[in-house]
Amino acid sequence: MEVPRHWRLKKQRYALVGEVCPHCDSKIFPPRDVCPYCGGEAKTQFAFSGRGQVYSFTKMTSAPTGFEQAAPYTMALVQLEEGPVVTAQLTDIGDQSIEIGMPVEMVTRKLRTDEAERGMIVYGYKFRPVMG
Amino acid sequence: MRDVVIAGIGQTPVGEQWELSLRNSSALAIQAARKDAGGLKPESMYVGNLLAPVASHQANLGALLTDNTNLEGIEAYSVEAGEASSAAAFRMAYLAVASGWVDVAMAVGVEKYTDRAGQDQDDPIYQILDYDYEYVQGLTPLSQAGLLFQRYLHENPSAQRDAFGAFPLIAHENAVHNPNAMFRKALRPEMYMKAGMVSEPLNMFDVAPYADGAAAILLTTPDIAKDLPHSLVRVIGSDTAIDTLAVHDRPDPLAFRAAGISLEQACHQAGILPSDVDFFELHDAFSIYAVLSLEAAGFAPRGEGWKLALGNTLTRHGDLPISTMGGLKARGFPLGATGAYQIVEAVLQLRGQAGENQIPNARLGLVQSLGGPASTAVTHVLEKMA
Amino acid sequence: METNPALNSILLKSKLPVGIIGYGVYIPRYRLPAVEVARIWKDGDTSGLPIKEKAVPGLDEDTISISIEASRNALKRALIDPTDLRAVWVGSESHPYAVKPSSTIVAEAIGCSPHVQAGDWEFACKAGTEAMVAAMGLVGSGMARYALAIGADTAQGRPGDALEYTAAAGGAAYILGPGEESLAVINATFSYVTDTPDFWRRPKQSYPEHGQRFTGDPAYFKHITEAGSHMMKEMGTQPSDYQYAIFHQPNTKFPQRVAAQLGFSKEQIKTGLLCPVIGNTYAGAAVVGLTAVLDEAKPGDRILMVSFGSGAGSDAMDITVTDKILERQGNATKTTDYIARRTEIDYATYSRLRGKLALT
Repeated sequence: MEVPRHWRLKKQRYALVGEVCPHCDSKIFPPRDVCPYCGGEAKTQFAFSGRGQVYSFTKMTSAPTGFEQAAPYTMALVQLEEGPVVTAQLTDIGDQSIEIGMPVEMVTRKLRTDEAERGMIVYGYKFRPVMG
Repeated sequence: MRDVVIAGIGQTPVGEQWELSLRNSSALAIQAARKDAGGLKPESMYVGNLLAPVASHQANLGALLTDNTNLEGIEAYSVEAGEASSAAAFRMAYLAVASGWVDVAMAVGVEKYTDRAGQDQDDPIYQILDYDYEYVQGLTPLSQAGLLFQRYLHENPSAQRDAFGAFPLIAHENAVHNPNAMFRKALRPEMYMKAGMVSEPLNMFDVAPYADGAAAILLTTPDIAKDLPHSLVRVIGSDTAIDTLAVHDRPDPLAFRAAGISLEQACHQAGILPSDVDFFELHDAFSIYAVLSLEAAGFAPRGEGWKLALGNTLTRHGDLPISTMGGLKARGFPLGATGAYQIVEAVLQLRGQAGENQIPNARLGLVQSLGGPASTAVTHVLEKMA
Repeated sequence: METNPALNSILLKSKLPVGIIGYGVYIPRYRLPAVEVARIWKDGDTSGLPIKEKAVPGLDEDTISISIEASRNALKRALIDPTDLRAVWVGSESHPYAVKPSSTIVAEAIGCSPHVQAGDWEFACKAGTEAMVAAMGLVGSGMARYALAIGADTAQGRPGDALEYTAAAGGAAYILGPGEESLAVINATFSYVTDTPDFWRRPKQSYPEHGQRFTGDPAYFKHITEAGSHMMKEMGTQPSDYQYAIFHQPNTKFPQRVAAQLGFSKEQIKTGLLCPVIGNTYAGAAVVGLTAVLDEAKPGDRILMVSFGSGAGSDAMDITVTDKILERQGNATKTTDYIARRTEIDYATYSRLRGKLALT
């Protein structure tokens, strides 16, 4: 169990809360201690819209520990409309085919469970094909 | 800075070394390298390793390895840079001798992968990912490569999917005559084309197999090594560069920037152009990484690295042989020990000791090891001394 | 001192007018047709199936994820800053943790913590309306301006049991606030509760037990008709005063029959009767029916909703839609859109999604 490390990231994970650099106005996700664009300290919270598009994707047939029950699943790089790219699973794909450039939206889902039925449930962002 | 030469090399067969522990396999490599160097004793040792603290519950390999090989009292510790760990360890040994701090230094790469099974086995490898933002989402190094491959095919619609098969084909062909290789069987193109997907579009043969292994290199000055009975190989370029840990943080994920920068700097130090080299030991952990490395090195324009695979350019008989002893794909991919194997193999080529795989008149070798998707890149230029 | 006239009534009426300022729904994508359950357990006998199909949650979904999405949809319609919420109350009988609130996770995810009340409610299938009544109290007393009440479930049914045809997943979220800001004003609520053990689940049990036919007349029908008729009597209304009626819906027949008993037509219950196509979403059932009604309601429409929770009780609510409904309906995904987003699965996939395959 690694409760504190999941706990301290809850805002980012549940709601894509990143940062906006107070010096150069860059939108940053995942949050960083130092702005990757201007080198200034970046600490101002910024909630991303959750809308984006698929930058790349791959279907995984074997999964790491904690994700076995979800396999096969689709990993993606998602480019958020504010700019940053995030690594996340695609979910609720159903019978839709995935393509690069496909519009997706963020949802908060179960990412994994530590120690099967006993452990903490880790929730976080995934993306699904935009509805409607 | 003074000249540094490679006085001794040692390696163990890559694969499932059921009988050998971290102690045993590293000792075989260390003893072989020392013997090859006429018994020279290192004053410092840098151990390249990725898994041991988790997979073997063993830290402080510097103490473990020196203690076990009667080298007590010397400077020794681990260097960790993901799968490029032992390439980084080699660079530390090079710097230790070049700086004059010691006269004889050793780099050891050792990895024990097969003591675990099932899901536990690969867990320690996932440390190379950004745990909080990649692994926790369910990513693995394999799927990370799948993401890059998919993007590559998207950005380069003319890229022929089957052309990527040349990388495992060349690797397997070259491993046939390498007694230390894991897979010593040639691969047929139809086998590649029929292989099952493991992380689409990556198929089973696009992926190098993780394995156990240990290799060691003893470095010293030309003067100390001058009486050795084999040719000397000089380290004329050494550089390492870093890119973002997570792929998603890169402005252009298909540009292996660290690979390009470290290679350029190493060649600059060596006073050569990449095109001057006689062979290139690159990091073919996945076929796509070989292509991205070739492009980063400037051997092919952006988006055209796959074309190099179409002819025989990259084979042992071509202009730019790669993976000459099997590469990661067929010699095997002993994770943090890989870089040490690549150096040892380059030395065999430059000494003229590569047997059936010998590149004729090999004089200049380029060796590049990557940690993750070129989050770390370590590049060396080796030259056969006249 | 001014007294609330409602204190002399069996109705629960707040001192200050209270209404719904935002609502949102979530229904998972996967559908298990009832014929699939019949194929496995009844040798394919499809006579008397209780519904057409039910909504099944994906592997990464649970009451918390359902609540989060429904709440985000509610916020899109409420047009308030989440930090103005003073309560997040989640009603469910499938909270992912036995101990550890769902509500704190939902609150964190929608960005309204930490200056907020949070708690989980449990009253079988009426936990959602229970949370709504509590939110009415908080807002109607003037203690808080806005409160969020959620009813959501990923219901369990033992393989082969009658419940397996219907036990479904989904939920709805309601932000309650001052009457003048509301898109629908809650005129009054009324609760009818007795100790009636028609259905229960003991600790550490995976599936509920039920009294079969005992769940009907003495439980479902008794409580809903009592709550509904008391409500109309006290409010001085008749079924014809309501454009819409929504009743708890464990299957297709029960709400139809109870509607007839109370004097409502099929037309009045049609919009809010979703059980045939999404199944019984338990704590979500009545409140998801209400989102479907609000999606198409017009200003001035009057709605009667009566929930039912085993054990047993019913909450009735008398609701009047305001002009504000029109500008808010389109702000978030509608109930019919979620129902239309449909991927049919077979029993094998269902078994996997619902964790019925023992991996250890």
